[in-house]
Amino acid sequence: MAPHTEQLTRPAVRLRGLTRSFDGRTVLDGIDLDLPAGQFTALLGHSGSGKSTLLRAVAGLDHKVTGSGRLDAPERVSVVFQDSRLLPWRRVLDNVLLGLDGKDAERRGREALAEVGLEGRERAWPNELSGGEAQRAALARSLVREPELLLADEPFGALDALTRIRMHGLLRELWKRHRPSVLLVTHDVDEAIVLADRVLVLDKGRIGLDLTIDRPHPRSYRDPLLGEYRERLLAALGVTEDHA
Amino acid sequence: MTTTTTAVPVTTREETPPVRRRRRGLAPGRRLPATRLIGPALLLALWAAASAAGRLDPGAVPAPWTVLRTAGHLWTAGTLPTDIATSVERAAYGFAIGLVAGVVLALASGLSRVGEALIDGTVNLNRAIPTLGLIPLFILWLGIGETFKIAIIAIVVYIPIYLNTHAALSGIDSRYVELAEVQGLSRLRFIRQIVIPGALPGFFVGLRLGVTGSWLGLVVLEQINATSGLGYMMFQAQNYGQSDVILVGLLVYGVFGLVSDSAVRLIERRVLSWRRTLSS
Repeated sequence: MAPHTEQLTRPAVRLRGLTRSFDGRTVLDGIDLDLPAGQFTALLGHSGSGKSTLLRAVAGLDHKVTGSGRLDAPERVSVVFQDSRLLPWRRVLDNVLLGLDGKDAERRGREALAEVGLEGRERAWPNELSGGEAQRAALARSLVREPELLLADEPFGALDALTRIRMHGLLRELWKRHRPSVLLVTHDVDEAIVLADRVLVLDKGRIGLDLTIDRPHPRSYRDPLLGEYRERLLAALGVTEDHA
Repeated sequence: MTTTTTAVPVTTREETPPVRRRRRGLAPGRRLPATRLIGPALLLALWAAASAAGRLDPGAVPAPWTVLRTAGHLWTAGTLPTDIATSVERAAYGFAIGLVAGVVLALASGLSRVGEALIDGTVNLNRAIPTLGLIPLFILWLGIGETFKIAIIAIVVYIPIYLNTHAALSGIDSRYVELAEVQGLSRLRFIRQIVIPGALPGFFVGLRLGVTGSWLGLVVLEQINATSGLGYMMFQAQNYGQSDVILVGLLVYGVFGLVSDSAVRLIERRVLSWRRTLSS
């Protein structure tokens, strides 16, 4: 698909020398990174590599963390967490509308729910939803705000394999329709390859590999041409196929 | 592709296969309607039978019908209606003041660090002193009238409401705080839409303890220092050896307790309808 040239000229996120540390241990070590507007980027790394720290820094959720560096991010940022984080005492639609104002908010909320395939579940309580449905409601909650940047912290990590594949398709489709910049944090190499147009590997607090994946969508796990990307990513993560 | 058909039972004999495997169920099973009343009804029947058979000393344990007759008599010819009204008024005032105080203090202490520093330690100090032990001091301060009784009941009520509400407020999941930040909630909305609904289950635990506490306080106060009310009626009956009057008083207390607890439970079920637990 053709890149939206006029969008790609202006970076949505710009990091310069971003450093974050916990108790004297440096987790992010002077990261320089530009995320072009409208790009779908995946961020890979081992657990403890600092990928969540980076996402939380961009989301502005790290008040209590010491750090330095410059960070420019858009005004409208949405975050999807690993858990759906729906408030159990609000019905699904009210969860989607959390923090949203305006008289057409409800209409937008209903539309967002319909978009993720939850039409008719507006009045359900969160604990009546399956894991996949809850995560779709969380996606609707983040999209209804029309974010310029969508941050996703292992959003499919707690789902079963079949549900995860369906959610991959949904996320990609929603991205195509709304075109936010996406930063997807994951530890699943295949998920990154199938979804993202650019994959970053975070290693020892720095961007170890910056890989553009130039293959058409929708992608299949079995596409042999993706195998090459997979090998390079696994190598950057310090895993060789023999051990994997 | 192979399809596994292990789920279909293979029948070798003529008889129809069982619909499901036998497996011992561990849940206690479906609740029958009104089964909870069986125990009390049995007890009542035993009491009536023993009284009718003359096996109970009517001076110590009068027959159920004697108690009912005395209740009717006290209601029409005696002071029972005014005694009940006096007692209910005391309990209601004390409870209302305790409820408001408990909730306001819990909010002030749970939502601000300054409030916590000022309030939480003080309330816990107050809790360490048995409230009924304050009675002599309160009589000295407030006199022996209604004010001191209401004050004691309010203290008995506010402590469990404060403790449980405060614990629930400070136990709000930090993930929800993060969510509120991401969704750009104002402080006021955060409190209204996340903190308060999240603390409601804890508040209701405190509320039920508070309701029980208000009746407990009432009973003690009315039997020590009162010239009216149910407890006074029972205390007088003790002096005159009227065990049936004492039982009438206990009966009324029991009804009070049952009705108020059911009311709180009903409200709780309505308000917390999003919670689905084992008992539902």
